Amino acid sequence: MQIIPLFVAIPLGAAFFIPMVGRKNPRLSDTLANLVTLALLVMAISVIGKNGVYWMGGWVPRLGIPVGINLVLDGVSVFMLVTITLISFMATLYSIQYMDKFTSKSRFYSLFLLMVTGMIGVSLTGDLFNLYVFLEIASIASYALVAFGCQHEELEASFKYLVLGSVGSSLILFAIAIMYSLTGTLNMAQMSMQLGGGFQPIHLFAIALFIAGFGLKAALIPFHAWLPDAHPSAPAPISAMLSGLVIKTIGIYAMARILLNVIGLTPAISTILLVFGTVSMVIGVLLCMGQDDIKRFLAYSSISQVGYIILGLGLGTRLGIAAALFHLLNHAVFKSLLFLNAGAVEYATGTRDLNKMGGLRDKMPVTSATSMIGSMSIAGVPPFAGFWSKLFIIVACVQAERYGYATWAAGVSVLTLAAYMRLQRRTFFGEPKEAYANAKEVPGFMQVSMLGLAALTIFMGLLWIPQAREVFLTPAAKVLQEGLNYASGILGM
Amino acid sequence: MHYALVLMLFMIGLYGVVVKRNLIKIIISLVIMETAINVFIIMIGYRSDGMAPIMQQTMAPEVFVRTSVDPVPQALVLTAIVIGLGVTAMTVSIAMRLYERYGTYDVREIRRLRG
Amino acid sequence: MVDITPNRGMTPIVKTVAGWVRGITFLFGLYIILFGHITPGGGFAGGVILALVYVLMTLCCGKQKAFEKLPLHWAAELDSVGAIMFLIIAWLGMWSILGGSFFTNYIARWNPGLPYHIFSSGTIPLCNIAIALKVAASLFLIFMLLVTTKVVHGPNE
Repeated sequence: MQIIPLFVAIPLGAAFFIPMVGRKNPRLSDTLANLVTLALLVMAISVIGKNGVYWMGGWVPRLGIPVGINLVLDGVSVFMLVTITLISFMATLYSIQYMDKFTSKSRFYSLFLLMVTGMIGVSLTGDLFNLYVFLEIASIASYALVAFGCQHEELEASFKYLVLGSVGSSLILFAIAIMYSLTGTLNMAQMSMQLGGGFQPIHLFAIALFIAGFGLKAALIPFHAWLPDAHPSAPAPISAMLSGLVIKTIGIYAMARILLNVIGLTPAISTILLVFGTVSMVIGVLLCMGQDDIKRFLAYSSISQVGYIILGLGLGTRLGIAAALFHLLNHAVFKSLLFLNAGAVEYATGTRDLNKMGGLRDKMPVTSATSMIGSMSIAGVPPFAGFWSKLFIIVACVQAERYGYATWAAGVSVLTLAAYMRLQRRTFFGEPKEAYANAKEVPGFMQVSMLGLAALTIFMGLLWIPQAREVFLTPAAKVLQEGLNYASGILGM
Repeated sequence: MHYALVLMLFMIGLYGVVVKRNLIKIIISLVIMETAINVFIIMIGYRSDGMAPIMQQTMAPEVFVRTSVDPVPQALVLTAIVIGLGVTAMTVSIAMRLYERYGTYDVREIRRLRG
Repeated sequence: MVDITPNRGMTPIVKTVAGWVRGITFLFGLYIILFGHITPGGGFAGGVILALVYVLMTLCCGKQKAFEKLPLHWAAELDSVGAIMFLIIAWLGMWSILGGSFFTNYIARWNPGLPYHIFSSGTIPLCNIAIALKVAASLFLIFMLLVTTKVVHGPNE
């Protein structure tokens, strides 16, 4: 259990160490950053299946009342840790060569590792204000990373993202203050034990503020206005991290932890989540079909897939939550893959406009093959991983006797397939345009990272086999679904 | 009653973020919103006729627990103020770069991304 | 003493008084940092006061004087050093005593010291110093970069 605080301390220390040594020497900062993310990935895989609570500073609970901040390692935390470290390792591999065009790579890696620290902290913490602090660390690092190139669109997108993100964080802090004044404690386990029971109007106000604040971070549909501008304008590895990890960790995971473990899933909250999920799915895919810019297309599609995850979480059944978490992992993998592909296309041709592209399949074989794998997976074609997670979300809807939502989910899946096939045809197939006659394949590390993610997409479907599922997915789903038993687990240890 | 005043301050900040067109006014409204939240957090810890949570050398711990206001919100606000400062610094620097690129602070002119 | 050439910065009266106030403010900032575990204050507030000394120098005497005292790249290094010092103090808690955890106050368990005196409460004054270093360097960097530097575009923009 001594390894748990190292998850937060190692990227934080590296984030401050890299600018000191790497300012004159970009290769050194590359090596350090990749070593750190590889070490985090190995550590995360080594804690699969373990549970534990770590009280910081040795302040263990006295007489059953928590007096300190704790870090919790249970099924969901391990699940999120593996997701975060995997995608960040692939993104740092990719940025070895992609970020050569930008100056000051050491500052890029420093901000990147700060973002990773924030996300890992959000996944591990068991204290509500600590969650807010780590959430702000990750958000501020991502505001800076979106504006990294300092071109016109990047600055405008970053400003929009910043203002909306700050409003979301203020709403979350407001809700945390109200919950502290109602229960007298900030520890999530003790708060859920104090709350257990009916809700007065002031509790409902806090719950509404939580849903609005985390909805702004996760880009659900009424709150999505920043996402289609921020994700395309960022550099490609940052778009992959933002779309694949940040909106899921500080948006969906934090909302799920608070709404399911601390407050408990009532039928009203469940309906709200189901409605938001369905609206996000439908409107996301309808808006993405008319886009001309590859990355804007992928950004709207992210909104749609996040709707699927919220739909699964809102169902509240064991199968629904397991399928939603599996879709979270799958979407992280294949959306990062698609964003890295879009970045590779931009690196080779210098444009993101779909009207100007075509026929890149012969010149960029690795990129087009991995892009086809990613598109088929996100559209739900068997036997790729995306098919299984979408299938089980629909099965869970039918099992919970919510047939309307199941029909919407199936319809959106068909529309996604159509949209992605159109994207593939316009980018890679068809006649090559003369303007891009000398487009060549991207350099080595970028190919390695794209191939790694594509291999994961193909084989991730095997995680649903019962032997693999028991190790990885079922503990995660069990923790979230049993809701209020979280508290007795923590305080009993 | 005092909570209603804090909520009104928060709403003024939110109104500024939504309605105002000048980038600098949006930044100031964000700062007003964060200040309102900080004041709210401190007000939560108040106890009637309490004293400041500083322990003096001649005071017994029981007297301290009985009469002082809650010190936890004050520690939370310390952190929240510094976070707000960091966000404000970043917003201001992005606004300065935006002015230098677009030549205007008007939000309606800074609109290259649409669709 | 102070450079009272009248054609850089503000008038000689302002520069002289600022020269006296500078030293006292710096000392006051150090007092708030070091006594942060007894009186209100601590790392954040003390670091802000330390950074304000340099802001005062910039406003009164021009930016060259401020950069003479603390060049920009040193401030960036101090920033990182402060953060790494804080992490090392916290990490040593895991190894110092048997069964220690990450932020354990090992100095207090080894040698508690008298309450209400300066050498008490273990690692907290050391953490205050590290945080103050970081906050002062960060605020100095923010102010100097926003106010006294200008963006110059490269040849291909």
